[in-house]
Amino acid sequence: MTGKNNANFNKEYVELVSKLTPKTNEPKTLFHAFWVGGFICMIGQFIKIVLSSAFGLYGDNLAGATSMVLIFLSALLTGLGVYDRIGKYAGGGSIVPITGFANSVVSPAMEFKSEGFVYGLSAKMFTVAGPIIVFGVIGSVATGLIYYVLGLLGVIA
Amino acid sequence: MTDKGTLFFKNKPVIKSAFTIVGPKESQSELGKFFDICLKDDRYGESSYEKAECKMLTMSMKRLIERQKLKDSDVDAIISGDLLNQIISASFSARDFETPFLGVYNACASICEALTLGATLIDGNYAKNTVCSAVSHFATAERQYRYPLELGAIRPAQAQWTVTGAGSYLVSEHLSGYPVISSATIGRVIDFGITDVNNMGAAMAPAACSTITRHLRATNTTTSDYDLIVTGDLGALGSRLLKELAKKQGLDLEPNHVDCGELIYNIDEDEFQGGSGAGCSSVVFASYLYPMLKSKKIKKLLLVATGALLSTLSSQQGESIPGVAHAITVECSND
Repeated sequence: MTGKNNANFNKEYVELVSKLTPKTNEPKTLFHAFWVGGFICMIGQFIKIVLSSAFGLYGDNLAGATSMVLIFLSALLTGLGVYDRIGKYAGGGSIVPITGFANSVVSPAMEFKSEGFVYGLSAKMFTVAGPIIVFGVIGSVATGLIYYVLGLLGVIA
Repeated sequence: MTDKGTLFFKNKPVIKSAFTIVGPKESQSELGKFFDICLKDDRYGESSYEKAECKMLTMSMKRLIERQKLKDSDVDAIISGDLLNQIISASFSARDFETPFLGVYNACASICEALTLGATLIDGNYAKNTVCSAVSHFATAERQYRYPLELGAIRPAQAQWTVTGAGSYLVSEHLSGYPVISSATIGRVIDFGITDVNNMGAAMAPAACSTITRHLRATNTTTSDYDLIVTGDLGALGSRLLKELAKKQGLDLEPNHVDCGELIYNIDEDEFQGGSGAGCSSVVFASYLYPMLKSKKIKKLLLVATGALLSTLSSQQGESIPGVAHAITVECSND
């Protein structure tokens, strides 16, 4: 009755649709994604150098502070309505870096402000980023377990 | 009703007047000069986009009634629809009128559903004046169906752009000199198994083809009997698919088919295949095509508003997208 591979599925039509639907110009979009993504990383590197030479930060503190500055900049650009324009051009290039994560938290927060602070902004803040957090946590737990087991077995020090 | 689903209006209900309000993007298009009110601010001075959408609908109906020097009490029914959950824009806007209200939902085909019902009430002598309208808003539709506005996501090339606009019509008892709604075909829900939520045109094209074929058969007409066959919001891709489908049925739509979604925008940003939304066919027909009928530049047209009947839940559950299309014939009166 419904959905894919069922009674109503008109194979001939679906094939016609996929033939006529415009395709993504991959060389172009990949180029956009890589240069913007690379450029964001370069900005990160620049921030890192400034923080380490001007404030003498190093190690985890330096990495944390660099991420914080990038997150702040992304949130600011989202608020100013600029980041979505970068996203339209760069696609994955501006989604993959940490700035994309910040954008995915800030944009629903702005959008759902009209439904109030608690049930709107706060509740809907993670509608886009939620899965990333879930898989991030699961991934880190799994990695930790593997690391621990390998340590017990004496494979790694 | 003969030939199941096709209605012939013997008492010749007329579209007496129409009124449109559109957002800033629509105002800048080729059709910009035809709209009655062009908003500079897509929030319309309200605190949320939903409230703005509701206000657009309310104002379009208010101004329509005022323009005809009527009062709320002269209107027998308001029949309106929109795209939001529980059609809040339509229902909430009816609060401001002392008029009985019927809310309709057939996604972007709502305007033809409303006009069909309005014409039926008039034709059956149940009403003298009905207001039929539909509204949609880009920002509210994006938020309900897709992503937050400020999220940096890419729109695929088959996507369309929801029209910010409200169009209202006054359907009344027969008066000579006004365009007549002579017949209507109520669409069947057709689903060919399209699951791409960005490809609404492809999901709706089979429904449009079905309704056009049925309407032509029931009214014993051919495509060349109409000056224009106007589809609602198939967009460029959907229109192409419709023509392909029609060709298989032995219909040539090439010479006189236009699509409101293709007409409304200058494609210069991310509109890609053109406009969509309940407001799309509603504002294009009301502002651009209706005056041509009134001035007899066009003698007869078939308006086929198309709707994709999906919800965010249905598509997340892997359901395909059913489409529906309702058709009405509008022609210059002979007397």
